[in-house]
Amino acid sequence: MSVLVYTESDKGTFKKIALEVASYAKTVADQLGTTVTAVTINADDTSILGNYGVDKVLQVTNNALDTFNAKAYASVIAQAAENESSKVVIVSSSADSKYLAPILSINLNAGYVPNVVAAPSSTEPFTVKRNTFTNKAFANTAIETEVKLIGLSKNAFGLKENSASAKAEAFSPSIPELGITVESVDKVTGKVTIADAEIVVSGGRGLKGPENWGMIEELADVLGAATACSKPVSDLGWRPHSEHVGQTGKPVAANLYIAVGISGAIQHLAGINASKVKVVINTDPEAPFFKAADYGIVGDAFEVVPQLIEKLKEFKAQQ
Amino acid sequence: MKILVCISHVPDTTSKINFTDGDTKFDTNGVQFVINPNDEFGLTRAMWFKEKQGASVDVVNVGGPETEPTLRKALAIGADTAIRVNTEAKDGFQVAKNLAQVVSNGGYDLVIAGRESIDYNGGMVPGMLAALLDANFVNNCISLEIDGNAVKAVREIDGGKESVSTTLPLVIGGQKGLVEESDLRIPNMRGIMTARSKPLSVVDAVDASAETASVSFEKPAPKGQVKLVSADNVGELVELLHNDAKVI
Ligand SMILES: Cc1cc2nc3c(=O)[nH]c(=O)nc-3n(C[C@H](O)[C@H](O)[C@H](O)COP(=O)(O)OP(=O)(O)OC[C@H]3O[C@@H](n4cnc5c(N)ncnc54)[C@H](O)[C@@H]3O)c2cc1C
Ligand SMILES: Nc1ncnc2c1ncn2[C@@H]1O[C@H](COP(=O)(O)O)[C@@H](O)[C@H]1O
Repeated sequence: MSVLVYTESDKGTFKKIALEVASYAKTVADQLGTTVTAVTINADDTSILGNYGVDKVLQVTNNALDTFNAKAYASVIAQAAENESSKVVIVSSSADSKYLAPILSINLNAGYVPNVVAAPSSTEPFTVKRNTFTNKAFANTAIETEVKLIGLSKNAFGLKENSASAKAEAFSPSIPELGITVESVDKVTGKVTIADAEIVVSGGRGLKGPENWGMIEELADVLGAATACSKPVSDLGWRPHSEHVGQTGKPVAANLYIAVGISGAIQHLAGINASKVKVVINTDPEAPFFKAADYGIVGDAFEVVPQLIEKLKEFKAQQ
Repeated sequence: MKILVCISHVPDTTSKINFTDGDTKFDTNGVQFVINPNDEFGLTRAMWFKEKQGASVDVVNVGGPETEPTLRKALAIGADTAIRVNTEAKDGFQVAKNLAQVVSNGGYDLVIAGRESIDYNGGMVPGMLAALLDANFVNNCISLEIDGNAVKAVREIDGGKESVSTTLPLVIGGQKGLVEESDLRIPNMRGIMTARSKPLSVVDAVDASAETASVSFEKPAPKGQVKLVSADNVGELVELLHNDAKVI
């Protein structure tokens, strides 16, 4: 009956979202009066999960799972859920989890609700609040099946420390035929990705050309942030498509989103609205972004950003 | 090759989102509906296969009669026939069940859906459909090449991309990249005229109930005023982000 949570790792180490979904699972388990079991795939040391309320760990180690495969991972999680007779299964909103969750929901006959932003408001009927209409609204959604699958939005719940034993046991599920072979992976290394970043620094057409991105990268460096851009910037080829954020690009749910020379069109805002704190730097006081932002500077990016970098360096030096 | 493109009928991106009936229903008043942007990329890629490699392209929507103008638009862009499964779309599962029926009856080799629809943003239908059909599934697909039965695809991953190979039958969750935006097709006059006489069949829904229900909607709390910092005093922003917002 325990709540099952899939805690993702990258090269053996848990991602931050893994600790966030574990924290969430603990809250749901408390509401239901049960325990938390985590399933891990090729993760090394699972003891840290105990700090976030995990009682038991089903530790899967298998070379066939070295590269992500949605069907195989979904099957592994489904077998873990059956092993635990879990009625509630929780995954994150990473690209991988969003890929596997619909398959998992069919495997488990579980009603699936993605983009969930809060603990269930009721467990009978089981009701959760989710983001919808590209962050322009929330829907309170009831899951009517016996087994429930929840996809937790990034940065919506935060980390909650708890202490539990995280007793690990080896788990050896069967692996289905993969169907898909990964030929190559092309991943930027040594850079914070938009998906993992706590802080995102984003540049728009106001920066005039690709040669001016040095200061955006430097600002991101000082903050340990990922860099992003508006759609026209990637369409013009100033920045790679992988940096395009917004409704038709990558979603951003960061703690801090800094927009430099971005007007704040509705399609841009839709994709970044889930971020907690938004800062805008723009020469035009009428730019729509000022209505969506928490903090703003009306000013020329070419003057403001270098100063901001200096001030942040001073601030970091004092810390 | 037989291709089916799943078309979701969604409010235009600039639509104001409001609710009626005590916040239990989406208010469609004054809302303009369009082909889901992710599906538009998929449809254009399908047209490419049709013209360059020889394929038939059908489009499908699960929804009421009000979605037919959206299907006609897909026909005007160049799809051969359209199918509407006559039932209100309730959740991803119920839609996927109905689409699975259409795919099995039509014997499609390739199903192109979008990575998510911009209204409910489930990102649920393509994966569920693939699982129901036991077909291969590539999500966040940004490139698709097919040779006989062999498929080469690229998918976007967090922080980069991944090239994969697989085989038909296949379902993809597509997005921008499948084709470039400049290649998207706008229906021309001739397309619109011929679309009127292309077949649009209405089929009955399968007996599938939804697994989830939207009980009520809420809008985010209105945002407070932006705090402006003078461009001559950038240090104040650092101070605010540290002490006030506590994000650095
Ligand atoms: C279907 C659809 C989907 C879309 N999806 C997306 C999406 O996912 N993401 C997205 O970003 N857009 C999207 N768009 C495009 C969107 O509507 C806007 O066109 C786009 O976001 C504008 O980008 P921008 O703010 O960089 O450029 P602009 O609108 O050109 O704004 C540039 C801004 O920079 C300011 N500026 C100029 N000089 C300076 C300076 N020296 N210092 C500081 N500021 C300066 C200007 O005042 C202006 O506000 C979509 C559009 C459509 C129709
Ligand atoms: N009612 C529907 N009819 C046909 N296709 C749909 C429908 N709803 C969703 N889809 C397809 O599934 C994709 C993902 O939708 P969703 O799971 O709702 O985010 C869309 O881009 C469409 O290709």
